[in-house]
Amino acid sequence: MESDITMPRIRRELYNKEICACSIFGAMNRDGERFNGEGVMLAIANMHVRGNGLGGGFAAYGIYPHYKDYYAFHLMFTGRSHQDKVSAKKELDGFLSSNFDVVFDEEVPHRDESTVSDPPLVWRYFVHPRKEGDDAMLNDEDYVVSKIMWINTRIENAHVFSSGKNMGCFKGVGYPEDIGEYFMLDELYKAYTWTVHGRFPTNTQAWWGGAHPFSLLDTTVVHNGEISSYGTNRWYLEMYGYACTLQTDTEVIAYAADLLMRRQHLPIEVVAKIFAPPIWNSIDRMNESEKKLLTTLRMVYAPLLMNGPFAIIIGQTNRMIGLTDRIRLRPLTAATRGDMFYLSSEEASIRLISPKLDRVWTPNGGEPVIGELNSIRKVLQ
Amino acid sequence: MKSFVFPEFQIIRDEEKCGQCRGCERQCAFGTHTYDPVADRLISDNYKCVGCQRCVIFCPKDAIEVRPTPSFYRPNASWSREKLEDLKKQAETGGVILTGSGNDKPFRIYWDHIVLNASQVTNPSIDPLREPMELRTFLGAKPDLMDVSVKDGDVQIKTQLSPNLMVQTPILFSAMSYGAISYNAFRALATAACKSGTYFNTGEGGLPHEMRAEFGRCAIVQVASGRFGIDAEYLNCAQAVEIKVGQGAKPGIGGHLPGEKVSAAVAKTRMIPLGTDAISPAPHHDIYSIEDLAMLISALKEATNYEKPISVKIAAVHNFAAIASGIVRAGADIIAIDGLRGGTGTAPKVIRDNVGIPIELAISSLDRRLRNEGIRNKCSIIAAGGIRCSSDVIKAIALGADAVYIGSAALIAMGCTLCQKCFSNKCNWGICTQDPRLSGRLNVDIASQRLSNLLSAWSHEIAEMLGGMGINALESLRGNRDHLRGVGLYEWELDVLGIKGAGE
Repeated sequence: MESDITMPRIRRELYNKEICACSIFGAMNRDGERFNGEGVMLAIANMHVRGNGLGGGFAAYGIYPHYKDYYAFHLMFTGRSHQDKVSAKKELDGFLSSNFDVVFDEEVPHRDESTVSDPPLVWRYFVHPRKEGDDAMLNDEDYVVSKIMWINTRIENAHVFSSGKNMGCFKGVGYPEDIGEYFMLDELYKAYTWTVHGRFPTNTQAWWGGAHPFSLLDTTVVHNGEISSYGTNRWYLEMYGYACTLQTDTEVIAYAADLLMRRQHLPIEVVAKIFAPPIWNSIDRMNESEKKLLTTLRMVYAPLLMNGPFAIIIGQTNRMIGLTDRIRLRPLTAATRGDMFYLSSEEASIRLISPKLDRVWTPNGGEPVIGELNSIRKVLQ
Repeated sequence: MKSFVFPEFQIIRDEEKCGQCRGCERQCAFGTHTYDPVADRLISDNYKCVGCQRCVIFCPKDAIEVRPTPSFYRPNASWSREKLEDLKKQAETGGVILTGSGNDKPFRIYWDHIVLNASQVTNPSIDPLREPMELRTFLGAKPDLMDVSVKDGDVQIKTQLSPNLMVQTPILFSAMSYGAISYNAFRALATAACKSGTYFNTGEGGLPHEMRAEFGRCAIVQVASGRFGIDAEYLNCAQAVEIKVGQGAKPGIGGHLPGEKVSAAVAKTRMIPLGTDAISPAPHHDIYSIEDLAMLISALKEATNYEKPISVKIAAVHNFAAIASGIVRAGADIIAIDGLRGGTGTAPKVIRDNVGIPIELAISSLDRRLRNEGIRNKCSIIAAGGIRCSSDVIKAIALGADAVYIGSAALIAMGCTLCQKCFSNKCNWGICTQDPRLSGRLNVDIASQRLSNLLSAWSHEIAEMLGGMGINALESLRGNRDHLRGVGLYEWELDVLGIKGAGE
């Protein structure tokens, strides 16, 4: 008797990882005062030579006060032809309307005359979760994350690249100052925190989704470096439902931050020790309670150690965090001036927009620098 | 009956060099060399030689050479010499052909078809002589998440962690029992493990009482189907307990320590009568299903007050990944998988050479299986069977193992030449024998030094390779197949290994 059962081959894990060197910059007004993107565009342009025009992007917090109670999804529809993009959007619209209440949507405004090449269709939706059936058990954020993972893995040519409340990412292929220009960040948006990224990918296959920041809900990451532990980080995150689809190692940092901070409620100081733990020789010399804590962290979260050179700026609604790898193979400078808090690959960029600074310092490897809003209430109200 | 099998080895003695010291005669327990007083010369019987090279190395005049015999049967692709001779031996004896050591057949060795990555430009490689390079590894179950409380910036851990083994290098000594190997060899393994910050596995032959206080801290004790030498102190003096279900060299069958090897000390340690055969049944007769295993795991955890990780060792066979997943759910903290090329003291040759799957494929499919089920952190994987060098170790870890067991490699460090006569009790190197005249040849201090040197050498090499990949902690390579590429493999093999082809 003939059997009609065919056994499918296990698909090889043929993921691609792009690697890049970069410039990163962040500016935060700790009092929650909002300012436009002109300054950060100048600052990142000052590090022009650290990028090569194959990627730039921004994360901006506080830009959608009128829709602050809704998740702001930024969608990118890619494809060879306009038809591809439109059909991806059509599929996405169908999925969104059956899982969310969409209160408003529009194409993200942009300048047509600017210098970027081959832009995708970029659309934003302000949505409220509509949980039904088994999903009713989930909290809003878990629900939103699961739907984003579904979209990013199942709908071809559609990528959610921003999904927090009252914040948004803007990114694409080009120098960051050109991307800022394209999305009119200097005119249309005011934010209390801006993080920026200029990219120098070694892989020339440029696509808009591969630019930084990477984000999930309100957590955004801009990153300079290469995560050599990517494969290990990736499988661990996949166990917790994070699909790494954006072909860049930075993605894992955003998901790891989401897992540890939002879902497991670990404080950022602990998360920093997971990403960039002290070496065993140091741990062995610590007092008993510190030793126990760090040993346990390294034991439990070994797969989330971020190995290889990196400097990152993590943005969240109420804070901006800078962190380098534990042997500090990438530059990061921190500075403050009044309520302003800056992080940058190079000090010159900070000085360009704020010549006078109260304090400038170089954080140690693996040591997080954290800027927090003086009052979270101010931005939530 | 006249045997129709001709000798495997040919002994060539340089009569010019030979000083008739009779050293070779004393060295060979198989009686290969005899002294003829009339002719004042040594005579060698090729038929008795097992090719262990003991006499060659210990001849003070360098007068002996042992090489495979040049005699051959008419060449025949189907009827190789080995097939022909095995058949003849069975025609002459009517028995099962026994052998020792691991599978020596030319199954594809995947280690030799996998290449490693290195950093260039975008990611600085790290010099392990100047920068910290961390190989420390924890073996055991890890929780899904850690619950902490923060009070005034002081972080306290609220999650109760499972017990874990800490190793300074991801290489442990595989299970080799006292009885199968000599006391000196056993003690050398224990000494080296303690010295090098790793563990030795007692195998199923118990742990001699006088060793418990000193070496319990670096021992994994085994509970196998024969239940030899098990008492409460045995379980509790060690750092982990391993339930042995299967062995890579002989999946599906039990063990047999012949009565000749059961000396007074072995008998006492195993708690069996002197000189009786020690037979380990093929299955555990209290484990006929997964729920029975779960009960034994619970019983051992209960017996050790939940202070020790429980490991379950199985042979890598066709459907083992699904079985291993069940074992994790049954409560095991560590899964030890033993592949096709794993060694043994004694096994039927037909089993050793034909049953099981290569460890490289097994590691990858087990790791993938546990990840897909979201339980990879619930257990550690120790891979065994065919680890020959530091690059095999690092490739095993990149394929998803947490650590490796080495058995044959450790014996080779002590002097073993893989002559495959472990079952004969005549090991000339003093490793696999209970004959005091032979086992006395193995000096514990020297043997343990050789083992420590091996671990140190491999650890240095692992650090070099890690640094080259721009990684400074071994945990960042675990399951990181991104750093591996295959050369000369078929698509399905790359699929199972989960790696890309070179250049892809």
